Amino acid sequence: MNHSRRKAIQSGGGLIAMLLAAGVISPGEALAQSDPFTMKTLAEAMRAVGGPNQTVSDAIIIKAPAIAENGAVVPVGVESKLPGTELIALFVEKNPQPLVGSFGIPSGTVGNVSTRVKMGQTSDVYALVKADGRFYVAKKEIKITLGGCGG
Amino acid sequence: MNRREFLGTLAAAAACGVPLDAAHAQVAQKLYDLPRFGNVSLLHFTDCHAQLLPIHFREPSANIGVGESAGRFPHLVGEHLLKQAGITPGTAEAHAFTYLDFAAAARRYGKVGGFAHMTTLVKRLRASRPGALLLDGGDTWQGSATALWTKGQDMIDACKQLGVDIMTAHWEFTYGDHRVQEAVKSLAPIEFLAHNVKTTDFGDPVFKPWVIREMNGVPVAIIGQAFPYTPIANPRYLVPEWTFGIQESELQDLVNEVRAKGARAVVLLSHNGMDVDVKLAGRVRGIDAILGGHTHDGVPVPVVVSNGGGKTVVTNAGSNGKFLAVLDLDVSSSGVSDFRYRLLPVFSNLLPADAQMQNLIDRVRAPFAAKLREPLAVTEGLLYRRGNFNGTFDQLILDALMSVKGAEIGFSPGFRWGTTLLPGQTILREHLMDQTAITYPTVTVNEISGADIKIILEDVCDNLFNPDPYLQQGGDMVRVGGLTYSCDPRAAMGKRIDDMRIGGQLIEAGKRYKVAGWAPVNPGAIGEPVWEVVENYLKQIKTVKPRRPNLPRLIGMGGNQGLA
Repeated sequence: MNHSRRKAIQSGGGLIAMLLAAGVISPGEALAQSDPFTMKTLAEAMRAVGGPNQTVSDAIIIKAPAIAENGAVVPVGVESKLPGTELIALFVEKNPQPLVGSFGIPSGTVGNVSTRVKMGQTSDVYALVKADGRFYVAKKEIKITLGGCGG
Repeated sequence: MNRREFLGTLAAAAACGVPLDAAHAQVAQKLYDLPRFGNVSLLHFTDCHAQLLPIHFREPSANIGVGESAGRFPHLVGEHLLKQAGITPGTAEAHAFTYLDFAAAARRYGKVGGFAHMTTLVKRLRASRPGALLLDGGDTWQGSATALWTKGQDMIDACKQLGVDIMTAHWEFTYGDHRVQEAVKSLAPIEFLAHNVKTTDFGDPVFKPWVIREMNGVPVAIIGQAFPYTPIANPRYLVPEWTFGIQESELQDLVNEVRAKGARAVVLLSHNGMDVDVKLAGRVRGIDAILGGHTHDGVPVPVVVSNGGGKTVVTNAGSNGKFLAVLDLDVSSSGVSDFRYRLLPVFSNLLPADAQMQNLIDRVRAPFAAKLREPLAVTEGLLYRRGNFNGTFDQLILDALMSVKGAEIGFSPGFRWGTTLLPGQTILREHLMDQTAITYPTVTVNEISGADIKIILEDVCDNLFNPDPYLQQGGDMVRVGGLTYSCDPRAAMGKRIDDMRIGGQLIEAGKRYKVAGWAPVNPGAIGEPVWEVVENYLKQIKTVKPRRPNLPRLIGMGGNQGLA
């Protein structure tokens, strides 16, 4: 997660808090409208992006190191071989805000994205794919280690 | 009389005081005159750690395997190893492959390795195997004083003289990316292969991934696999623009590519470590053999792994110049049909030194001779490093760190290199450098909370005992001084370490303890190099009493064949 996006998320959260305080929107509406990037748990963030029912799929390939070389910038790629892929979202379960990014895949485009994520501890990384209106998921563990002592 | 009986005869002859020259010649002939097999031959050594001269190297008495690795090569030690390999106890070979009765056997059979002796063996095998390639698995430019002081140049010159054809790497990278690039440019005719090193920005390859060489009319592809966790196990700041990793699918693509180009045999020259190689062999198709290193396992019998595409022979060729492996392949138009493998111990007494190589070694050492040979102390006990948890030489380093720095706890990295000294031997400066010669040798002293000490021990322990080989880094457990603990290698991450005590008292999570260590992987550490601290300590104590390594109380390891 980079600094500017974090700021943007903070300001987004602040805006909702302000609207709540002013009584412009009800708490229920706030939840519905709130940014999935601000969700604190994997379940909440996944629900906010993709609804509750997801099918585990081996047609989603997560490309990531087994052990991260640098937790501050871990390269993660997701390739979806599911026909009709329209959205790919990436989550790091143990990050304070699990949703890392959500990519819209225009029709006729290969579902293959990559980014870099920041991780403070060993965690499962989830890729959520929307294809032909249905949601699919895959996961892979990335280990974060203190380093040293090798060989 | 078979070869084993001959070696037994040698032992008996030595014990009876019979002149050994004639016996030596016979034993050497039996051991080293391998009948040629097939039409493609590969000679392989790995992890020599810059040991140009003959040395002693005690194999581990603790090399525990967990999960699927338990009870199989390379996780067999001592008698368990001999039994599974069919080696007769009490022979020269038994000495080469195990720690058993080490000091006495080392005196009987003499030193092992040395590039001048290795050269003689290479020449002998090449004479019977025209076209044979010599492969070096890496960890060649690091591990001695002269290698450190010449930034690996002594080893580069020696490897050219030895006739190395192809190499891959790990510790080579600890000289920094610029030095590696510069050295690789001047390496010809040696090819430096590493398919799994890419630039961090665009993922471009940094080194050549493979070569195809024709031997006796057979095109054979060699793919190089550098140590995948170099920027984690060693300082990342030394190779900041390169990324490593295991890279299975990219490797599969390369295997397919070289097959498409006509390679009839495909060999991976690997610095993964044996467990990683065994797992990889089950998942990537089309590799005939993985000639492996990194974990320093002297494995006399290769592991043959079946996968969807056929079979892959997986080997590991030990360390410190102690062994030379010979893989003979019989390759027909349809591919590899059969193989023979031998891991030959290089007994320095059985192989005369090659004069040209000896000259080169003498020339390299001459400018440093006085410095290298300066005596520091005399050891009364056996000093060794290798083993999962601790060695006597590491205990000596820990004692020095704690004593000189006034620390309650000492940490020393679980490196697997470092030679062995016999009781009564004088510890020369170069012996100390054999244990410590790295490019990030700084001694650090920190106040660390009990909770963080637990996190550190758990983290390193998981790198050793995670049941998934791809999550192992191939080093041993951090050596710990001053603190006792228990360890259950089968437990999950975070639950292996317990009962941590200083002077019998449980340590407290919130209390801070003074910890001395060395080899920090983060930049900016300030302090003396570890060899200075240990040298001062040795000069002060003069005589090193036999050390008892501080070992954890192991849980659940009864019957594990990786444990003496």
